[in-house]
Amino acid sequence: MPFGNTHNNFKLNYKVEEEYPDLSKHNNHMAKVLTKEIYGKLRDKQTPSGYTVDDVIQTGVDNPGHPFIMTVGCVAGDEESYEVFKDLLDPVICDRHGGYKPTDKHKTDLNFENLKGGDDLDPNYVLSSRVRTGRSIKGFTLPPHNSRGERRLIEKLSVEALTSLDGEFKGKYYPLKSMTDAEQEQLIADHFLFDKPVSPLLTCAGMARDWPDARGIWHNDNKTFLVWVNEEDHLRVISMQKGGNMREVFRRFCVGLGKIEEIFKKHNHGFMWNEHLGYILTCPSNLGTGLRGGVHVKLPKLSTHPKFEEILTRLRLQKRGTGGVDTASVGGVFDISNADRLGSSEVEQVQLVVDGVKLMVEMEKKLEKGEAIDSMIPSQK
Amino acid sequence: MANSFTRMMSGRNTAVMLASVGAGALASGYLLSDMTAAAERRRAYPPSADFPDLRKHNNCMASALTPTIYARLRDKTTPNNWTIDQCIQTGVDNPGHPFIKTVGMVAGDEESYEVFAELFNPVIKDRHNGYDPRTMKHPTDLDASKISSGMFDERYVLSSRVRTGRSIRGLSLPPACTRSERREVERVVVTALSGLKGDLSGRYYSLIDMTDKEQQQLIDEHFLFDKPVSPLLTAAGMARDWPDARGIWHNNEKNFLIWINEEDHTRIISMEKGGNMKRVFERFCRGLKQVEQLIQERGWEFMWNERLGYILTCPSNLGTGLRAGVHIRLPFLSRDPRFKKILENLRLQKRGTGGVDTAASGDTVDISNLDRLGKSEVELVQLVIDGVNYLIECEKRLERGQDIKIPSPIPQFRK
Repeated sequence: MPFGNTHNNFKLNYKVEEEYPDLSKHNNHMAKVLTKEIYGKLRDKQTPSGYTVDDVIQTGVDNPGHPFIMTVGCVAGDEESYEVFKDLLDPVICDRHGGYKPTDKHKTDLNFENLKGGDDLDPNYVLSSRVRTGRSIKGFTLPPHNSRGERRLIEKLSVEALTSLDGEFKGKYYPLKSMTDAEQEQLIADHFLFDKPVSPLLTCAGMARDWPDARGIWHNDNKTFLVWVNEEDHLRVISMQKGGNMREVFRRFCVGLGKIEEIFKKHNHGFMWNEHLGYILTCPSNLGTGLRGGVHVKLPKLSTHPKFEEILTRLRLQKRGTGGVDTASVGGVFDISNADRLGSSEVEQVQLVVDGVKLMVEMEKKLEKGEAIDSMIPSQK
Repeated sequence: MANSFTRMMSGRNTAVMLASVGAGALASGYLLSDMTAAAERRRAYPPSADFPDLRKHNNCMASALTPTIYARLRDKTTPNNWTIDQCIQTGVDNPGHPFIKTVGMVAGDEESYEVFAELFNPVIKDRHNGYDPRTMKHPTDLDASKISSGMFDERYVLSSRVRTGRSIRGLSLPPACTRSERREVERVVVTALSGLKGDLSGRYYSLIDMTDKEQQQLIDEHFLFDKPVSPLLTAAGMARDWPDARGIWHNNEKNFLIWINEEDHTRIISMEKGGNMKRVFERFCRGLKQVEQLIQERGWEFMWNERLGYILTCPSNLGTGLRAGVHIRLPFLSRDPRFKKILENLRLQKRGTGGVDTAASGDTVDISNLDRLGKSEVELVQLVIDGVNYLIECEKRLERGQDIKIPSPIPQFRK
């Protein structure tokens, strides 16, 4: 669904310089990459569903960014965006994903048995474990672009698939539109409910259109497996539980995803995936595995150690506050998760989290005893 | 309408240009002129699949849009490829408030009002008290000499202001314009304004190049407009590419001011402290006429037609686009239970002193005309003058302990 000027052909009557956005005050991946030449090459193109380069970059034009935080600054409107606008998106992907080349191949491995350990993280420190990813359904355009009709069909298919699950995955769907107050309170208390996006990064990309039409939350009766429908991606799949048994969280994640994918495939709507970019999602930062596996872990001493940032970087991990992205930590508790998404598999990324967190908890214990941790500092993974 | 497009296309061989930039197009990419892909998509989803859920909505668009109208309009586009979905997006995303009925749709270009007339007409009728664009004509009258008794008692009236908007024909409106079109609006208007002389001569401050000092000055003078944060505007795409090609022009005397590329191509404001509304309106008309002349010299004109008057982004501003008002102190009257009814019958509205959707500060309120379409500029300003004089009379009477009367309602449209 185009918004703004996307199909306004009058722009083609103007020279490229006239139409090229002013990115002089911008700090995001799109602004770094988009030259006038690239813009000129792409501006008259559209994907089969009608997505244009102006659609792709609008969020990055409207959100100049912050000197310290490098956002992506562009989104895909459909699977083909990554092809039609390669000249822009390949360099953005390369920049964002540590030098990933247009010729590189991405490995997908959702075989949870390949994970070593992960069931013995000390629950005195690791308060909760969680793995999330996103999935896009083939044959539909993505949240920045889809029409109400498409979004509703995505919801319908998703709900059909999810309500057919049983055993540990038996659950219920709560559409945002018809949620009762009691249901809403409960979902908020469980930390499950997602809100209408207010971040201008998302709203400028058109992802909040028609809210709350066709948006909802599904979760299993055990409240350990959760799916968001039509938020920033078609599906966001989350497996979580209290304590440090990441292995179990990952097992449930893989099994659940597998079951869901099977059902979609039966309806000829598999997930968007290719061997170069892995799973296709709205934001280029989530390509590959789209996986963020993490824990809430108490690291009051380690987090104030001068080498904390370096340790995280070497372990290929990142820290966030306990409210998620762009929040601060509370009481020395951090959200620690994998930094990479593209170029390594799901098992590899979760392995890094498991091994890295195990090491950091040991470091924390040492610091509690007043001992030094210099000998434990890892080499770059 | 034809002349606006020949203007854009003259001297340019569009086909050749598209072919040359199209060289090297990837197999999966289509050129923008190819609409077969979009047509395929439409066939896959009938209009009923896309019809918005408006059950919790309270705006003029939601009241008027039926599945039948939507089905007829969904697959139409204006010459700029603007669609009905784009017109109504702001109304879908902003359900509104039970007490405040917003319009809920915008135009992307002049042609929107034609191509989507089937929805715009009932919305216009709803918003403008029964004005029927199919049968009625809107009068335009910018002859300030016709105004009588336009000098208010300055013990009550603190300031006087008249504003309107103008759109440049041939360029898309803020929800739909591309960066190049928006920059063109800026160029056309700023060039014209630089031709103003005498008490109207002034200068332009582009939002991009503004210094901190200039910014502070403009804020202090209550001239500076901000990036829109209201979801009514952002959901309509009006804040895109901010602050590119946005700016403020004002004359050296600081009583004639123009906003460029905010919610409309231009917003023109004449204001001054005190109660000399006649002078404010006189300068308003004079300035508008001169600006129009200056753009016409270069082959441009304002969007206007005799059904809808001046064409602006929001249907609520059609006709005159004019809001004439005062900041006035009415300590007794504003507390009188009959105040609301008096205003209603006088076709006036009150706002807080921060403008629309703000609260009044102390005893000072902003009083202005309710109507925009169906009455001329002169009629509306006279209506405000007469109405405000009546309010001052009421205030004086209440001061003296005398009773006041609710005036009989002003008729809606000239027969």
